[in-house]
Amino acid sequence: MELVKVTIDNKTVSVPSDYTVIEAAQIAGIHIPQLCYHPELTKEGACRVCVVEIEGARGLGAACVYPVNDGMVVHTNTPLVRETRKTVVELLLANHPQECLICQKNNNCELQTIAADLGIREIPYTGEKRNAKKDESNPSIVRDPNKCILCGRCIRACQEHQGLDVYAFVNRGFKTLVEPAFSYDLGEVTCTYCGQCVAVCPTAAICEKDDTEQVFDALGDPNKYVIVQTAPATRVALGEALGLPAGEIVTGKMVAALRRLGFDKVFDTDFSADLTIMEEGYEFLDRVVNGGTLPMITSCSPGWINFIEMKYPDLLPHLSTAKSPQAMFGALTKTYWPETQGIPLEKIYSVSVMPCTAKKAERVRPQLQSNPGIPDVDAVITTRELGRMIKNAGIDFKNLPEEKYDSPLGVSTGAAVIFGVTGGVMEAALRTIYAVLNEGKDIPGINFMPARGMEGIKEATVDVPINGNNVTVKLAVAHTLKNARTLMDKIRAGEADYHFIEIMACPGGCIGGGGQPQPVNAEVRAARTAAVYRVDEDKTIRQSHKNPDIIALYDNWLGKPLGEKSHHLLHTHYKEQPREV
Amino acid sequence: MVEKTLEKSWEQLNQLLESYRCTKGSMIPVLQQAQEIFGYLPKDVLIKISKELDVAISQVFGVVTFYSQFHLEPRGKNIIRSCQGTACHVRGAKAVLDAIRERLGLKDGQITTPDNEFTIETVACIGACGLAPCLMINDDTHGRLTAESVAPMIDKYYNNKK
Ligand code: SF4
Ligand code: SF4
Ligand code: SF4
Ligand code: FES
Repeated sequence: MELVKVTIDNKTVSVPSDYTVIEAAQIAGIHIPQLCYHPELTKEGACRVCVVEIEGARGLGAACVYPVNDGMVVHTNTPLVRETRKTVVELLLANHPQECLICQKNNNCELQTIAADLGIREIPYTGEKRNAKKDESNPSIVRDPNKCILCGRCIRACQEHQGLDVYAFVNRGFKTLVEPAFSYDLGEVTCTYCGQCVAVCPTAAICEKDDTEQVFDALGDPNKYVIVQTAPATRVALGEALGLPAGEIVTGKMVAALRRLGFDKVFDTDFSADLTIMEEGYEFLDRVVNGGTLPMITSCSPGWINFIEMKYPDLLPHLSTAKSPQAMFGALTKTYWPETQGIPLEKIYSVSVMPCTAKKAERVRPQLQSNPGIPDVDAVITTRELGRMIKNAGIDFKNLPEEKYDSPLGVSTGAAVIFGVTGGVMEAALRTIYAVLNEGKDIPGINFMPARGMEGIKEATVDVPINGNNVTVKLAVAHTLKNARTLMDKIRAGEADYHFIEIMACPGGCIGGGGQPQPVNAEVRAARTAAVYRVDEDKTIRQSHKNPDIIALYDNWLGKPLGEKSHHLLHTHYKEQPREV
Repeated sequence: MVEKTLEKSWEQLNQLLESYRCTKGSMIPVLQQAQEIFGYLPKDVLIKISKELDVAISQVFGVVTFYSQFHLEPRGKNIIRSCQGTACHVRGAKAVLDAIRERLGLKDGQITTPDNEFTIETVACIGACGLAPCLMINDDTHGRLTAESVAPMIDKYYNNKK
């Protein structure tokens, strides 16, 4: 790309000629306020809060859509620019419920920050307030259209990441809203609860359903024995919610904080990720050897499960029947743990901390009850919610000592933590499958690089001996549902000769999940991804089948992978979720 | 009888969609003609159009709600357009509107009577401010209304079935 020189506030930078002013300003280290603009979505130029003065141009320009050209001179901080931005925000606030003090996004709201930065002290326009219906009808996501500033980011995130079109602008003028078709609730349309719309919403118009209160209640109840599990991707992101930079590994501090919050046992979803690899790995081998449905597709991402159950029900036999790590862990907390510890089942309250909004909906799937009528997981909180709980409890997170998970359900390998990034489940599975087929020999180098990276769809092959023959196993890895759809269409058309496919609903995998701290963008995701691989490298054991506590669990209680007990507790089934729209 | 015409309408819709297949930017004309066929735009029709034109249903719904020419509910035989412009507003248009709604037995948010005799809409101004508060029923303008005078007038249209 050809470079052009642009001078912004007396600072000259060279930038690619297809940049817009806002991107050039970022290179120059100058921050321009933005609401409808998001670095990973199409640019709309709708909100006008990013206006700048451009020498020689008539009027002000919207920096997010204004293309740069060579020799351009831009001013981002003139009286006219400041006044105009202020007016734009004052107008947005005129019909906005001004309830920051009691709002879920308080202190983490882009609109609030911009209003504060611009020094808005009064709202000269008093507009009629909207009175639109709040959607609180599903377990994952709450929508309050009254807090919507019509920036359209959610529409684009759903469309451009997920290839779904849940939202659109409806009505016009003052009555304009962003709504699903027929103003249906999210649970009535083809929404997967992935939370990518939540992740980009600058206000509290789309939020995770807050479940922190019921977790606090359980913690305060002396009759409850409260167990917590933490998903792989939480440990590289929680710090962001508590003032630390993206990519900081806070595993030890998170464990310490959970103990201080009062959890009786602090366990790790990484343990059950190792267990997933055992069950799913053996299931894969079983399918290959016994002619089961191939390609087999991973089943850990609940956004993805919702998607296939709604959009490709004919392909459900391709899904691995292995439960997700959260669900496997939940099952253990309601069977293995009370049984072996002599704790009455009714006392156990099982919480999980997840990077994901769809995990809240996974929790209530009727298929996931090891004891009929009793959910295996009692509450799911997102990484963001854990951040809020830690603040609420007055815990000085940054200065906490590092503590270790409780044993035995807290012991895990490097293979488990990489579940948190796209390609990780595939890589973890290969580490184990390869060894099982090669008399315990490690896959060369342990790392399987072709599964790594942010490319939307990755393909690779591995040679393994099966029944004495050398078989080339074909793999594919996709993240985002848009890419998943491409692969599903291939399978439907009979054009996919893969054996094994990994799919994660969110960009980058769980590290980019809809429940992770905001803001999220390519840079933040890259930092979290690098941190996940650092955790993996630092582990002494990096293959699931070598986890001593997994081996012990099979020896002492479970039996063998795909055995009778596993079948009941660790495997599940899927069902079409028909949707009218 | 009703069955028969509905079947025919769907047949017409299919023909319409066939003729627009693969034509880009055809949503608005298709919606207009579909509304002519059905009298309004029922949900199923919108879903069908969305599938056939390969435009997301959320976007189809967005377009339908953007233009006031499109109707998501069946329309009554008589259309009442109650003026809520400034002049009418200050002279009690709201009370007149409430009286009509009560007379027609419309519940919250309902704009068409269950027997499909009347649809009531509010409009910003019908240009008869001298007659405020005023309204139009079909093509007739009625002015200087009161909550009391409006009910018998409505009844006339009831008896006067087209
Ligand atoms: S969405 Fe933001 S600006 Fe609106 S009330 Fe909540 S914190 Fe305040
Ligand atoms: S949760 Fe995901 S699928 Fe649902 S509306 Fe948001 S982005 Fe779309
Ligand atoms: S819901 Fe949020 S992201 Fe969507 S348009 Fe409104 S403010 Fe923007
Ligand atoms: S951020 Fe540029 S117009 Fe909204």
